[in-house]
Amino acid sequence: MRCDGHGHELTCSSVNPNVVICNMDKQSIQAAAKAGIPIFIGYFPAAVAFGVLAKTCGVSLLETLMFSSVVFAGASQFIALNLLMTGMGPVGIVLTTLLVNSRHILMSTYLSTRIKEKTRAWYLPIAFWVTDESFSVFAFTREKLTRTFVLGVEVISYTGWCTGTLAGFLLGGFMPPVLTQSMGVALYALLLAILMPEIKTSLRSLFLVLASGGLHWTLGYFEIIPKGWRIIVCILVIAGVGALLSVSWPQKEDVHGNA
Amino acid sequence: METHNLIPLILGMAAVTYGPRLAPFLFFSNMKVPPIVDAFLKAIPMAAIGALIIPGVMTATPDMPMAALAGMGFTLVYGLFRGGIIVPVLGSVAVTWMAMSYF
Repeated sequence: MRCDGHGHELTCSSVNPNVVICNMDKQSIQAAAKAGIPIFIGYFPAAVAFGVLAKTCGVSLLETLMFSSVVFAGASQFIALNLLMTGMGPVGIVLTTLLVNSRHILMSTYLSTRIKEKTRAWYLPIAFWVTDESFSVFAFTREKLTRTFVLGVEVISYTGWCTGTLAGFLLGGFMPPVLTQSMGVALYALLLAILMPEIKTSLRSLFLVLASGGLHWTLGYFEIIPKGWRIIVCILVIAGVGALLSVSWPQKEDVHGNA
Repeated sequence: METHNLIPLILGMAAVTYGPRLAPFLFFSNMKVPPIVDAFLKAIPMAAIGALIIPGVMTATPDMPMAALAGMGFTLVYGLFRGGIIVPVLGSVAVTWMAMSYF
């Protein structure tokens, strides 16, 4: 197995049966831990909230864990529980999920152009673990993204989501409801915290964030577009505006890696 | 509620979630991206995060929307002066919890 790190010490071992480890470079793993642990900490309480809610809805432990480990999509898991409670059938829920998660097309497109190594085998797990939060962290990482870094951050995030779900399901009954409800804020706070350094330094970014939120709020207030479509419409429109802005007023420094 | 078997639903949700996540990697990763498309892709994070937070955060604590806003206020103010993610996230949960407990 060829190790394609860039000048760092590689922990290659010919006896190690796990060939993936062989490819990993130490510096990327350390960087992944540093970037991934905050996501873990944001995911854990949010997943606890999901585990608690799933149990309240009468979903079994196995099914609750499958929601988090097989679907692994925060918002749409909550939406699915809500729809289940309203009595919507599985086809409707799956279609809603498709709509809600279609935004990942845009995030994966962005990531696919930024990951340094073009290796298809790695894309399969990397794509499975793409989330709003890991995507946001990658978007604001200045350096080029290595697949080891990306996968590392994702695995840590995934671990936080799954263990949080388990903890919520098992321990939820012992926690005051006010606390579990408060934990629902964690995902939003996580996104905002990831975003803060960017909007502090770029007026254009701040404008785009507020414009997108404002558009989403407006679409919801006037019920202009069906609910599931709104987020992706906002992303398409506002990213389009952002593209036009950056063409007309190029910024001196772009936060993104020179992918 | 009655709990019939949810596993087919979960697998269906998994399929329609993985599809959009995977397809671009298979189709776009080797494409040469023209500058205007590149600018579009680079604006996606801001557009996505804005729409994900607003107005969803208003319903994060359905019993008292102001509590979630107070929590986010902490994240915002902390982020103006300091960096990092762990303190602002845990702090926002704590502030929300306190707001819901004492008001």
